[in-house]
Parts: sequence; structure tokens; C-alpha cells
Amino acid sequence: MTPPVLQASDLTKRFGDFTAVNGISFHIKPGEILGLLGPNGAGKTTTIQMLLGLVTPTSGSIHMFGLDLSTHREEILQQVNFSSTYLSMPQSLTVEENLWVVGRLYGMSDMARRVDAIVKKLEMEEFRGKITRKLSSGQMTRLTLAKAFLTEPQILFLDEPTASLDPDVAFKVRSLLKEARRSSGLSILYTSHNMREMEEMSDRIIFLQRGRIVATGTAQEIIDRFGKTDLEEVFLKFAQEQGHSVS
Amino acid sequence: MKLHRIMALVVRHLYLYRRSLPRIMEIFYWPFLDLVIWGFITLYLARYQSQVPGFVTFFLGALILWDMLFRSQQGITISFLEELWARNLMNLFASPMKPGEFLIATMIMSVMKVTVVSIVMTGCALLFYSYNILIIGVWLMPFVLNLVVTGWIIGVFTTSLIMRFGQEAEVLAWSMVFLFQPISCVFYPMEVLPTWLQMIAWANPAAHIFEGMRAVLGESASPVGDLVWAVCLNGVLLVMVVAWFYRTVAYCKDQGLLVRVGE
Ligand SMILES: Nc1ncnc2c1ncn2[C@@H]1O[C@H](COP(=O)(O)OP(=O)(O)OP(=O)(O)O)[C@@H](O)[C@H]1O
Ligand SMILES: [Mg+2]
Repeated sequence: MTPPVLQASDLTKRFGDFTAVNGISFHIKPGEILGLLGPNGAGKTTTIQMLLGLVTPTSGSIHMFGLDLSTHREEILQQVNFSSTYLSMPQSLTVEENLWVVGRLYGMSDMARRVDAIVKKLEMEEFRGKITRKLSSGQMTRLTLAKAFLTEPQILFLDEPTASLDPDVAFKVRSLLKEARRSSGLSILYTSHNMREMEEMSDRIIFLQRGRIVATGTAQEIIDRFGKTDLEEVFLKFAQEQGHSVS
Repeated sequence: MKLHRIMALVVRHLYLYRRSLPRIMEIFYWPFLDLVIWGFITLYLARYQSQVPGFVTFFLGALILWDMLFRSQQGITISFLEELWARNLMNLFASPMKPGEFLIATMIMSVMKVTVVSIVMTGCALLFYSYNILIIGVWLMPFVLNLVVTGWIIGVFTTSLIMRFGQEAEVLAWSMVFLFQPISCVFYPMEVLPTWLQMIAWANPAAHIFEGMRAVLGESASPVGDLVWAVCLNGVLLVMVVAWFYRTVAYCKDQGLLVRVGE
């Protein structure tokens, strides 16, 4: 068996008295798409932020590529990138300038070719010269996806990447992700509130509720375990449970 | 330390300034206004204050040097604020970039701003008052270098506070430096301060530089002693404040502030 590219063990994050993530362990295999599912406030974003070194875990450990994130931050983050609908980029720079800055930050060579390639892939030609401030929200999302792909990461963290995309672009982004996984063995951690997308995309799903893992397996396994007909029903069950104890 | 990452951050700021007239104006606005208003007041007062020798020389020299310190501090703090306003800190701190590389990039921005402002102010002083800052002579360069470092110290200190307390603390970027002005003894010798304040001023490297400047301009003493103090204090304080910045980053990561900031 190939070793996982990412291994999180007993990961916990407390903010004061509040426990956002409560002792979760999971792994991602090379080329695997892992879906992180859960109601609002379940701890998905906090988990991703810990994996990116933006938030320090209260306890537990994170290993990527066999290295400990707390001691090999630079080597790990060089091979990782992320995107989110809620991510911003410098508004006064053009789309292309932003991509160039990111490329330099990650020490990428041959930038002109790379930028051309990613712009073409994500169909950004018509707004590549635009000031970022003037982008529509869907165009902005494509820019943040482009910046994530640009650095050719081994692992991609995507926090609701398709939330503001129209169905056509969302479809293309999903195809692109699956294609990248096939061709370069990219591993992806994915969150979304779109259950159909989750079922389609994820090799495996982790279900979070109030910071704990309450279910894990393929979409079908989870559906069967709880005796439901689809993932949405499972989601509603957990969301309503969580809702009762969250103000 | 990786040069390509530092340069990426510098280029990002240059892109910003290339397209933004208000940002460019902001660099010159205060130094220019300072020089015009205070310069003419100085000329006027000099008519009546003939008992203070070299009044104009002292005052204009101090004004220009002080603005170099101010610009140096702004170079750091504004560069940070730009990232905060752009909500770009998350992109940066989730990249392989190290906090130290971030600071060095802001220091490079600071040196660029100081250079540009110095040229403009020196030119204006010549034009308006036939005043040449170069009369400070060979000491000018070590003085300026030390003031730039003191500006960095105040800048990194202010940046840490804004990072820690969020955007509400943003006014500090413009006000913090003025807390240091009275104890920098810019326009008066340290001896006019009450003794207890003198002790505080003594720990401020900038105060030693302005003492040194007066020694040179008054041809009363050699500024070497002042410079030695300034260099030592700058060294110690810079190390302390950078360590504090690292601690602040760690604190923000612990509290999840890096990702919340700027909203
Ligand atoms: N910096 C912080 N300080 C205090 N509490 C926080 C902080 N960050 C997150 N939380 C809390 O942790 C919990 C989990 O938040 P998180 O953003 O991880 O949820 P999520 O699963 O991503 O939800 P959503 O689906 O709404 O995006 C929330 O209750 C949130 O209020
Ligand atoms: Mg979230």
C-alpha cells in the first residue's frame, strides 16, 4: 500500500472554551479526492486552515509527504496550494499580475508559459488583463483556482471552490480537477455544500459534526449506513442534530 | 531566506504603486507640506530669534531627517496594511514565505520610499530656502541609515500591534511615530527635557542621532559617541522587535486571527 500524502492525527483546535475541531484523524492517499462534509460551523474551514499552517492546532499532528508540518512548514507548503470562494487577492493588480506574483512567491520558472496555460485551461482569456477589482465573483473564483493550480501542487485544499460558479463553469472546474488527479496524481481535500457534487467528486467522504468525525466512507457506504436514499438526507439528519445544540 | 520570495513581495507592491497616483502622492504629501509650512515659519522666526545660532540650519535639517524616519516607518506599516486591506495575508502566510522574508520585503519598500522622499525634500529645501542638507557632510549617511533602522523598529512594532488588535488599531500606522517624536529630541536638545523623560529619550536611538546632528551643525563636538549609542540601541531594539513580531504571528495563528483580519 502506498503511504498517504497527508496524515492528520488526533487534531484538535480550541478557541478559548470553544472546541472547533475535536480530535479528528484522517488521511489522504496519493491521487485521492477526499470530501469534507458537514453543516455550517462543523469545523471544515478550521481544519483546512490548520493543514495550511494558518491556524496552530491545540493538539495533534499533521504530516504531509512524510514530513511534520510543525517542523517542515516551508518544504510542505511549497507543494501545497488552496483556493476558496471566500479567498481574496490584491484588488488593484490585474489578473495576470496577481498570477505572476504568486508564481514568483513559489519560485516557479517559465512563468509566461505557465500563466498562458492556466489562463487557457480556466477560460480566463477575456479577463486576464482586467484589474482584479472589476471581476465578477465567478471570475474571481476562477482566479483563485488559477493561483492554486499555477504552482503545480501535490495536494490541493479547496474550501467551497464552486460556490459562486455558474453550472457550466462549475462543471468545467470539476472536470479539470478530475483531469489533474488522473494526469499528475494530484490529491485533493474538498468541501462543498452541494451534495450532488460531493457524490460525484469524492472517492471518500468524511462527515464532520461539531468538530467530530461522525461518519466516513464512500458516499454510498455512508448513505447505506444511515439507511437513507441520498447524501442530502444524511446531511439533513446531522445538520438538524447539530442545529439543536448550536445557538 | 529565499530571494525569490522577497522579490515577489516587492514586485507586488511596485505593481500597486505603478497604477496608483494617490499612493504615490501619499508618499510625498506630508514631507512636502511639512517642509513648506515649517520651513517658512522657521524663516520668519529666525528674524527674531537671532540669539539661537544656526536656527534655520538646525530646524530644517531636523525636519528633513525626521521625515526620513517617518517614511521609513510608513514603508513598513503601510506595506503591511496594503496586505491587510487586500485580505492577502492568508495567501502569503499559507505560502512557503517566512515572516522574516515578509519583513525584509517591507524594509526594501521602506528604503525605496525614504530614497524618493529624501531626493524630493532635499530639492525642495534647496529651491525654497537655499538650504543644502549636505552641509551635515560625511555624517549624513550614518545618520540617515540609523534613522531608517529606527523607523523600521517603530514600523515593525506598530505592525505587530495592528496584527494583534486588528484593523481598529490601524490609526497607529500614522500616530505611533508621533509618540516617539518628543523623545526623539528632533527640534531641541535632550537637556531641555525633565530628567525622568531624558532617561526614556536616552533609550531611543533617534534621540542620539538628533543630538549628533546638532553637534555637527553647531560644530561643537564630534558625533561619534552619539552614533555609537544609536547603532548599539538600534541593533538591540531591532532584534527585540523582530522577535516580538514572530511571537505576534504565532499568537495570531493560535487565535486564528490571520484569517479573520481585514474584514
Ligand atoms: N478564530 C476563531 N475564533 C473563535 N472561534 C472560531 C474561530 N474560527 C472558527 N471559529 C468557530 O469554529 C467553528 C467552526 O468554524 P469553521 O469555519 O471551521 O466551520 P465550517 O465547517 O467551515 O462552516 P461553514 O460551512 O459555515 O463554512 C465555528 O463555530 C466558528 O465560530
Ligand atoms: Mg467554512
